[in-house]
Amino acid sequence: MKKRTRMQKISAAAFLSPSLIGVLLFFVAPFMVVIYYSLIDNPITANFVWFKNFANVFSNGAFKLAGGNTLKFSFVAMPLSVVLGLLLAILLDRNIPLRSQFRTCFLTPMMVPVASVVLIVQVMFHYNGAVNQFLSNFGIGKTDWLKSQYAQVVIIFLFLWKNLGYNMILFLAALESIPRDILEVATLESANPWQIFWGIKIRYLTSTILFVTIFSLINSFKVFREIYLLTGEHPYDPIYMLQHFMNNTFQSFDYQKLSAAAIIMSLVMVIIIGALFITENHFGKDVEE
Amino acid sequence: MSKKHALSAKKKKKIAGLCAATLIALVFALIFLTPIVLTVTNSFMTQSEINANYGSVFAKSERGGKVYISETVNLKFIPDMVSFIQYYTVLFKSPNYLFKFWNSVILVVPIVFFQLLVAMFASYGFTRAKGRLKEIVFFLYIILMLMPYQVTLVPNYLVSTWLHIVNTNWAIWLPGIASPFAVYLLTKFMRRIPSSYFEAAQIDGAGEWQIFKNICAPLCKGCLYSVAILVFIDYWNMVEQPLILLSDSEMHPLSVFLSQINSGETGLAFAVATIYMIPGILIFLYGEDYLVEGIMYQGGVKG
Repeated sequence: MKKRTRMQKISAAAFLSPSLIGVLLFFVAPFMVVIYYSLIDNPITANFVWFKNFANVFSNGAFKLAGGNTLKFSFVAMPLSVVLGLLLAILLDRNIPLRSQFRTCFLTPMMVPVASVVLIVQVMFHYNGAVNQFLSNFGIGKTDWLKSQYAQVVIIFLFLWKNLGYNMILFLAALESIPRDILEVATLESANPWQIFWGIKIRYLTSTILFVTIFSLINSFKVFREIYLLTGEHPYDPIYMLQHFMNNTFQSFDYQKLSAAAIIMSLVMVIIIGALFITENHFGKDVEE
Repeated sequence: MSKKHALSAKKKKKIAGLCAATLIALVFALIFLTPIVLTVTNSFMTQSEINANYGSVFAKSERGGKVYISETVNLKFIPDMVSFIQYYTVLFKSPNYLFKFWNSVILVVPIVFFQLLVAMFASYGFTRAKGRLKEIVFFLYIILMLMPYQVTLVPNYLVSTWLHIVNTNWAIWLPGIASPFAVYLLTKFMRRIPSSYFEAAQIDGAGEWQIFKNICAPLCKGCLYSVAILVFIDYWNMVEQPLILLSDSEMHPLSVFLSQINSGETGLAFAVATIYMIPGILIFLYGEDYLVEGIMYQGGVKG
């Protein structure tokens, strides 16, 4: 018996090894070097300067701009994508006609590369574009959206366009998992839909809402892609994001700054991911079981 | 009598609610589909029609020649005259676009295939292994999976310089294959396979490899489709990695190249953008249910 468990351990390790080697080689080992780089003055003399690099990054104007913009974006895009995703799921949870066709429509943007729709989005939000034309009907003046303080609005639009379908599917699954008999009893007791939603459904949705919230936050850090495709390497200030800062630092080969910035980012992410896990453990279980 | 009346009022209210819901869904569906539909229909327009419609947006690069440019843009869903001239140019006259499309295929297909293969093994290992160490390693995978590119690209770049593979496809392939994403999803799926399946096979004298090949792998078929779709759309859409790891823009995939298209070639750009959508749309049409399953596994709603 003992021999068998040992054999099992060895074979499990053998199955794991290709992936483990890859992860160690491409992510973990170099990340250790990144930590080391963030603490020294330069790779040649290699004197430990401890937190000086971090202080430099924090006092860097470009980093402050990028960090501020990223936070601003995340804290608008995240709640919007949760609320609208839930709204779409609630719509589809009712027996509306063409239900599955609507689901397909909402999911399609996920499958379309952002690069493919960039041209149309530019046409829409350009100074002479369609959005301005539409708004001028209401007497609202023209703005060059991507080159104004409203640039983030365009990016939020694109972010929602791409991500709402994903959130909707998660909410839809959660709504469908609510036991039908509870809802039937509530209807028999003549509770109105409003009461059913706030009294019953929302309780079954808490864990999903928290999960989607944190997942949207993580996704909102990845929005650089959309911005780059729309505006190229040098965007207007309000949409200069952390990834732009990293790209520029890559171009100047400033490993110290790069490493310190990567460490700061990863610490922030670890905190967010920790929150994700606590919520999943805390709320995920008492509903499912 | 009054009861009947009350019932019909309730019914009316319900129908009104349903109509409102349908209407809202319709508005959202229109917003979601408009950019896609417009891109496709515009790809069937001639360059002069594109200029007439959007000249004022892309006008800056027009040099020489008299081109009618309207003051405002004109979003048109139906071309004046359906023309395949843009597709003809893309397919037969300017090989550059096809070349970039081929770059995308070359970059993405090996990643999807090998990431899934490596992940199949690893997930089986995670499912069969026991103990605390396994939990810790799996947790590490999850953290890695959730990290944005700002963080993972720096280590990737360092390794690529050490291995002298910067500016080659390997710099994209290898980290892509090693990515923990597929491992996470497949492990979540495999853990739901009842362990009695494995134990029964073990008692019958099957080795681990046989159990993996004959019992585990066939059960994972559906899940593999789901994961493959998610991995594919992620890499088909890639922008960050080539920008940093491939300094030679000749090697860039179409996703990056599309954003750099010369404004004089907007007509072509619409055709290229449409061609670039086709693989994703086709996969979606055949595998929508798998995509939905995949999202549910990822979101932790299932498993």
